[in-house]
Amino acid sequence: MNSEPAKLENAPLAKPYELRPKALADGGQPGELLEISMGPQHPSTHGVFRMDVVLDGERVVKLKPVFGYLHRNHEKIGENTTYLGSMPYTDRLDYFCSLTSNWAYALAVEKLAGLQAPERAEYIRVITAELTRLQNHISLVGFLLQDMGASGTPLMYAFREREKILDLFESLTGARMMCNYMRFGGCRCDLPPGWLDQARQVVGEFPRFLDEFEALLSGNEILLSRTQGVGALPPELAVNAGITGPMLRASGVNYDIRKVDKYGIYDRFDFRVPLGDHGDVYDRYMMRVLEMRASLKILEAALRDIPDGPIMDPKSKLRGFRPRAGEVYGRIESPKGELGFYLISDGSPKPCRYRVRPPSFINLTILEDMCLGHYVADAVIILGSVDIVMGEVDR
Amino acid sequence: METLDQIKARVEAAFPGASVEIVPNAGVGGQRSLLVDHAHALDVARFLREDPALRLDYASNVTGVDWLDAVIKEKRKVKQVIAGVEREIEETTERRRPGYLEVVYHLYSMELKHGPLVLRLRTANRADNARVPSLTPVWRAAEFQEREAYDLYGIIFDGHPDLRRILMWDEFRDFPMRKDYVEPDDYEYEPTPHDDVLAKAKRHYQP
Amino acid sequence: MDEGLRSELSKQGVFTTTLEDLYNWGRKNSVWPLGFGLACCAIEMIAASMARWDLARFGAEVFRPSPRQADLMIVAGTVTKKMAPQVVRLYNQMPEPKYVIAMGACAISGGPFKQGYNVLKGIDRYLPVDVHIPGCPPRPEALLHAFMTLQRKIDEQALTGAQRPRHLVAEAPSEFPVPEFGAHDLVPPANPEIWQPPEVVRGE
Repeated sequence: MNSEPAKLENAPLAKPYELRPKALADGGQPGELLEISMGPQHPSTHGVFRMDVVLDGERVVKLKPVFGYLHRNHEKIGENTTYLGSMPYTDRLDYFCSLTSNWAYALAVEKLAGLQAPERAEYIRVITAELTRLQNHISLVGFLLQDMGASGTPLMYAFREREKILDLFESLTGARMMCNYMRFGGCRCDLPPGWLDQARQVVGEFPRFLDEFEALLSGNEILLSRTQGVGALPPELAVNAGITGPMLRASGVNYDIRKVDKYGIYDRFDFRVPLGDHGDVYDRYMMRVLEMRASLKILEAALRDIPDGPIMDPKSKLRGFRPRAGEVYGRIESPKGELGFYLISDGSPKPCRYRVRPPSFINLTILEDMCLGHYVADAVIILGSVDIVMGEVDR
Repeated sequence: METLDQIKARVEAAFPGASVEIVPNAGVGGQRSLLVDHAHALDVARFLREDPALRLDYASNVTGVDWLDAVIKEKRKVKQVIAGVEREIEETTERRRPGYLEVVYHLYSMELKHGPLVLRLRTANRADNARVPSLTPVWRAAEFQEREAYDLYGIIFDGHPDLRRILMWDEFRDFPMRKDYVEPDDYEYEPTPHDDVLAKAKRHYQP
Repeated sequence: MDEGLRSELSKQGVFTTTLEDLYNWGRKNSVWPLGFGLACCAIEMIAASMARWDLARFGAEVFRPSPRQADLMIVAGTVTKKMAPQVVRLYNQMPEPKYVIAMGACAISGGPFKQGYNVLKGIDRYLPVDVHIPGCPPRPEALLHAFMTLQRKIDEQALTGAQRPRHLVAEAPSEFPVPEFGAHDLVPPANPEIWQPPEVVRGE
């Protein structure tokens, strides 16, 4: 169907793994390659993800990801429904981070229609987005440790803390996971009484938990030997392959959309963007931990400074919403990377084109490059460190 | 970043014969885009990536768009001399636009932290000649996204290293994101349908 | 056995029961689910197995990675057409007695994604479902309720007679045909032996 396969100039594919070089040098025969299909139902594939892996002994020689087992036609449904009608569907994209997905979509539509969320709504958005980042990263670390064989305990600790944040979401939006909270030009409802105090308490207690968690994990001998030097991603390849989020920053590229685009009110907060320098699984793990600490700093400031006021742009209308014809691309730094929405309006109540730029899907582009030559057990934790959610990968 | 007109002029100077067109955007933001012809697409992409003032090293979003055949009405103000007096009247022209498929690339620079620049490629038609050159050799980020555009829109990317279906199964024959795709009629309707759903439900329940 | 005698014996420290009660008591308290999740609901399923809801109280915390060791399939999330053959195959690989919980709106009917071209409109088109849980996603409490409903169902099953469980009926099917990928849709789009389109009464 296509012509001669093109060579990638700037981003060469990873060096092909040499088949058991040592054994061959001793006069041995190359072993038979073993082809296995991991997934779509596999305890360590983070959902219905499939990897077709070719193994030489236990080393990965080839790895092809297979997608589509959760392709639930988000974009097609988005084109057949009104702008607001897609908002609940964005919850189900990345079902760990519904509030950041809401924000990304609201941001794109606001750019399309020329709306501006009021001050208080912007603060609420920052608070909910950073809380989302906390609970996403903490669950990710739990799942990563689960993949490494620490079954149960770290994940139980992580989910214990996650529940506290989900309780906050529930009292604010009525739902634990599918919040459906942002609206074009603001938020759906104001904070319930006492919510801020409760949030301050959760945020205040979180560092103690993080210290405990880190004391258990960050210097843990087994974790160090399982993760250091595994799945290293060079920065040039990361940039060329469009990797974003903590995974990019683990490779040492300083690119955080909160700092670059300064969307919302992120220019008012003083926070640091942690950077790694090896780009291996350990760096990716540390990135999440350090980002949680940065998020806590943002949260403290936002919970302190949040003003009173309206939460909706008065120009925004929920019924008969027809933005002007035109197109727009809006993006935010979701916990997994750059989440973007590309919308084309033709002046009707439904978008003519509704496209989601899913970070975890594009972050999987270099999965094979990272896994080649490693043990198959390491491929599992490399996948775990990418932080994928199938709802977003397949949409 | 330079304005789109400056970039266009520089691209045209660098590649004589390249057809570069600025596509307007009537929206609030007014983000315009560059439409590039097939023959020079790879060169232009490489130029955008390598040029020291642009360094668009990061292809963020790659997507297909389906444009059906359409009749476009354009209103122009024309000066006409009517009965000796020059008057401005509005003239409406109708033009048939054949359908095409489009690939849109949103380019940013991670090094210089600017962007986006929107690059577009168009296929000749929606049927037998839905081909564009692949930009995966320039930006690896396009690898899976171009495969997705092939899967859902049927756009064939010449030069893509691994062009297979990515989301649907291999035996699937349709391109479901196209506007004229007819989905299987395999679900029941709520008792009180309205609008488009009512029309669908009537079709579904017809004996 | 006479109820008075049974009570008298239990006062003496002798407990009597029937084979049926003992068998069902054992079965209902060790329902091991298959450890697989499909979508959003799977996260709530994981949350239900964590410390706060503690599914272990019901003897069901042992999520088995292999279908050969599982008794219960929790269809937690949207079943897409690409995934449906695998789900049916996994069900076929489970040994009898086996049960299915359809968790969430998608697994019941396609839910919010009903209009999707790649979404299966309910897993009961291919598999017999024992308990449906509505919700998008159902809260962990709802999953616990589904477990208790399933336990009650197991407890009430008579081991003999016409109502006996499927695994004791020699001619009842234990495996169901796996749909195949077609050019436009799954072939067949539903298993007519276990699913017929519901009659929808439409207002005029």
